[in-house]
Amino acid sequence: METEMKVNKISDCLWEIPKTEKEGMLVPARIYASDTLLEEMDKGVFEQITNVACLPGIQKYALCMPDGHWGYGFPIGGVAAFDTKEGIISPGGIGFDINCGVRLITTHLTVDEVKPRIRELVNELFRSVPAGVGAKGPLKVSVSQLKEIMKKGADWCIENGYGLPHDREKIEECGHIPGADPSKVSEKAISRGINQLGTLGSGNHYLEIQMVTIDNIYDEKAANVFGISKQDQIVIMVHCGSRGFGHQVATDYLRVFDKAMKKYGMTVRDRELACAPFKSPEGSDYYKAMLCAANSAFANRQIITHRIRESFSKVFDTNVDNLGIELVYDVAHNIAKVEKYKINGKEKEVLVHRKGSTRSFGPGRKELPEIYRNVGQPVIVGGSMQTDSYLLAGTEKAMEETFGSTMHGAGRTMSRSAAKKRVRGDKLLKAMAKDGIHVKTASMSGLAEEAGIAYKEISEVVETMDKLGITKKVVKLKPIGNIKG
Amino acid sequence: MEEYIFLDDIATADVAIESRGDTLEELFTASAMATFEVMADTCSIQPETKKTLQLENSEVDGLLFDWLAEIIYLKDSESMLFGKYNLKITKDTNYQLDAEIRDEEINQSKHDLRCDVKAITFHLFEVYQKDGKWISRFILDI
Repeated sequence: METEMKVNKISDCLWEIPKTEKEGMLVPARIYASDTLLEEMDKGVFEQITNVACLPGIQKYALCMPDGHWGYGFPIGGVAAFDTKEGIISPGGIGFDINCGVRLITTHLTVDEVKPRIRELVNELFRSVPAGVGAKGPLKVSVSQLKEIMKKGADWCIENGYGLPHDREKIEECGHIPGADPSKVSEKAISRGINQLGTLGSGNHYLEIQMVTIDNIYDEKAANVFGISKQDQIVIMVHCGSRGFGHQVATDYLRVFDKAMKKYGMTVRDRELACAPFKSPEGSDYYKAMLCAANSAFANRQIITHRIRESFSKVFDTNVDNLGIELVYDVAHNIAKVEKYKINGKEKEVLVHRKGSTRSFGPGRKELPEIYRNVGQPVIVGGSMQTDSYLLAGTEKAMEETFGSTMHGAGRTMSRSAAKKRVRGDKLLKAMAKDGIHVKTASMSGLAEEAGIAYKEISEVVETMDKLGITKKVVKLKPIGNIKG
Repeated sequence: MEEYIFLDDIATADVAIESRGDTLEELFTASAMATFEVMADTCSIQPETKKTLQLENSEVDGLLFDWLAEIIYLKDSESMLFGKYNLKITKDTNYQLDAEIRDEEINQSKHDLRCDVKAITFHLFEVYQKDGKWISRFILDI
């Protein structure tokens, strides 16, 4: 463990850094991790989560999920809730890729039907979902259409033929968060993002074809409710965000906040945590612009879903209705949202920042579609491209302990350049093919950076939150094909 | 002369860079070269067209942030990779950058592309002078 701070064990898999460990901490910091995961955490996690604990208006604890690792501003895996009246909003607690998120999609197909055509399918998906540096989407929209997308998110797509009406309820916030105001977005953000709708991006973004085996179903009832019921069923996972549009919104407002801090007499321990009171003109403008990017990310994943439906229909030469390509759910993991929680016995409205963390609402919440209300929110946790991913269910305990939040992935343990020194892209491609995972990538060097060895053991990460009852395991998913940005 | 190194042990998920130069112009050039080296093998870029831009900031670190943010923005908005830089930085009331940059349109089948850069961050961001050299450390979001 790379820290000299006092890290006290509260219970199995829960650790606390007391307020006394850093000047200015307003609340303790809490880390969810097994002994092994805590031991492996880099020093950035401890520094960054205690920096978060110093931000004005923070409630209860600054939280770090078990996939936590060194980020910028917040650690990746960081969660913090701020009083909406007296607290702040910070782009560094959301990330540049606003509403980067994951979507899981089922099919009626089985592995026996897909495996023989996996090469053809991956090639077709790679063609229809542009990926990598400089990729442009085939969907051309005008500035006024893009502004509609900022307000309507996935709804715009559904209204314009890029989705089915019932897709809507299977997306966090039904695919559009009210309150987005395109007038708060710069012309630069628009010109940067207008050609990128329906593109995957780069880095750790992917589109993966996965399979379910009966052995890997932990909760049959919940799996059935989520649409997973068949031995060897094929599902699809998409990980991407708001592309250059969101990156520019965040860059623009980081500069605004960097200057505004002086005006509000605020200081932060990391310049990337630049913030402003949520109710200030700067805070309010950023929130409205951030929602534009969040909604455009929902739209981006919706357009990609449409391309997936088209690609499967083409490769399997059948009407898309025969393929059962339906959303399980779509979750955001870089976002700030106004939510209500019981704090010190009273219900309070807070702005929850999730930076590399997934919402994990328990059963009974009105925000969930009716069909999921008995089992809890589907939580989608993507592993590295060489390892399994998980579908989990949110719990009541998450509502009580973590502001309805959990991990978002495996979490990195190795830097990108260290990974490239250990692995070569072309060799990795062959090794993965041998393991039954057919990969097509926009960049061999980018592929090496995403090798499985660069990530934590995902099962350990998922087990940590399962053991604590924050999210419960439903299904483990095994990759068989991957389109890598 | 322009130099840069990638720092392995900082910011696990992103890319940390230390850049150096004898002058501010060299520092800014090295920082831009490093940023584009993350995204592509810059040897595969054949700069064909020319672009000019002017930036101004009261602080030298602010100017470097603005410069890197601007070329990352142009990479997406104009779909360009940058290969050659001719910079002039002056200080009057503010620092002013006049840049002439040469670029080539991104071609996925021609360029050896790597990982996209989403943004320049303020995390551990610094610009300073030591032993007659200008040095900066910055982290790019990947």
